[in-house]
Amino acid sequence: MPRRVEGERASASASRDGSRGLRIRGITVRFDGLIALADVSLDVEPGEVVGVIGPNGAGKTTLFNVICGFVRPQAGEVEWRGRSMRRARPYELAGLGISRTLQGIGLFSGLTAAENVMVGADGSRRAGLGSAMLGLPRADREESRLRTLALEALGDLGVVEVADALPSALPYALQKRVALARALVARPQLLLLDEPAGGLGADDMSELGERIRGLAGEVTVLLVEHHMDLVMSVCDRVLVLDFGRSIASGRPADVQADPAVLEAYLGVESDPRPPEAGDAHG
Amino acid sequence: MDRFIDLTLNGLAGGAIYAAVALSLVLIWRATRILNFAQGAMMMLTAFIALEAIDASGSYWIGLATALFCGLVLGAVIERLLVRRIEGGPHLNAVVVTIGLLVLIEAVAGMIWGGNPRSFPPAFDIRGYEIGGRTVPFSPNDLFIVGAVAAVMVASVLLFRRTSIGLRMRAAAFEPEVARLLGVRVGRMFTAGWALAALAGSLAGVLVAPAVFVAPNNFDGILIFGFTAAVIGGLDSPPGAVVGGLGLGLVLSYVGGYGGSELVTLGALAILLAVLMVRPTGLFSHARARRV
Repeated sequence: MPRRVEGERASASASRDGSRGLRIRGITVRFDGLIALADVSLDVEPGEVVGVIGPNGAGKTTLFNVICGFVRPQAGEVEWRGRSMRRARPYELAGLGISRTLQGIGLFSGLTAAENVMVGADGSRRAGLGSAMLGLPRADREESRLRTLALEALGDLGVVEVADALPSALPYALQKRVALARALVARPQLLLLDEPAGGLGADDMSELGERIRGLAGEVTVLLVEHHMDLVMSVCDRVLVLDFGRSIASGRPADVQADPAVLEAYLGVESDPRPPEAGDAHG
Repeated sequence: MDRFIDLTLNGLAGGAIYAAVALSLVLIWRATRILNFAQGAMMMLTAFIALEAIDASGSYWIGLATALFCGLVLGAVIERLLVRRIEGGPHLNAVVVTIGLLVLIEAVAGMIWGGNPRSFPPAFDIRGYEIGGRTVPFSPNDLFIVGAVAAVMVASVLLFRRTSIGLRMRAAAFEPEVARLLGVRVGRMFTAGWALAALAGSLAGVLVAPAVFVAPNNFDGILIFGFTAAVIGGLDSPPGAVVGGLGLGLVLSYVGGYGGSELVTLGALAILLAVLMVRPTGLFSHARARRV
């Protein structure tokens, strides 16, 4: 039995490079004449947690889509660890150490929670159809290795007991945790979280905040979020978008006090906390 | 009572064929959410190729192996060249393309091999076993058919449930965009799904060929029965396809035996309608109804 080479992922983590994180330079995206992003730049250092906030339609998710290669910008450049992402295809992201959660949930509806996470653990590896068909016993071992990884990831998020449930049978908050486990199981170096707190109650949200804080220093995190409490408590820095333009960036406290931000994002109110109503369910 | 046993055995062998066709439809549905109306024509094409291989080599098994290999390649090529362009589009596009493919393949086969039905040799003896001094309508060849279909079903369940490529194929089918973000080569999974499905279909074609004879249009009826079996099974479940196929085979055998052979096709369509009305997601589907 030849030794399997765990090449890609091992070398990816070995080459973790302290000097280069995510570089976003002058991104401009237009959809049919509508400006979604106008000359947006952002540097995220390795291990940093950076929040992207702004009103609905400000271009937050578009920025994520540009980083993932779903949307090609008309101008500008994204670099991840010194490599241009211009030619990166979505399926290559996992191999580059990039993981993304989606707005909402995005779990595979017909796969159990564990199987969902297993897909995340499996993604950056290559194995042919032929070897799966000709070597079922070996494929079987590979399967149980993935399952072990998946159960660990679910355990880390405290939801190992739902491993064999279908997503539709789980409460929303648990589905969110499964989705986060799926994003974390491949041990990404860059984690893109798109509204991870959407629909969560206060307890789940504070636990999520601690979890994100726990990743800081090891994982570079970019966070799109509406809940200001969460953003302000977990982020090292914040970028504020409004109508596709970057109107402020800096430490959370500074951004909170920035008049342009108060004007654009918080309206006339000076209290940065959003109303709690509507968050109580969970 | 003897008659009932005869009809049951008869239905089992017929049902195994429907199960294999249903399996090929289910595999494509799982992989790409497309109903492959060209499946019958693809089966016919590989059966013709098998016939040529048997004529040339004198060996049934070389013919079978050739058909399976050609089925695998045919499925992959059709997915890559044709279906890839319509995946993710409106479902009506897929319906039109696969029906067009059906017409195209049948016309081309007619040009090459002509319209006269050709006989196809069975793998084993087709005289029924003698049990208790009585010949039952279940032959060694029928046993081979049932065994081959069972083997394909077990292999496909193992592939989907026990291998990581099966996992990726399922993930790609449910949420292609999410799967892509997780590193799954979604296009390749679709190709693999079509290739495997066409492999199962070509097996069904070779198994059923001795009974229906090989001619450009001779597999269309089998496709309707296979489709009915797949819908009974929920379109999404390989075991469901097999149970649906066997159940359909049995019911149709009783309908034909007790009612009259002219009622068989009617019976199949009646079952199809009944299942669609009572349980539109099929008898074996555990997932919620999906909008098509």
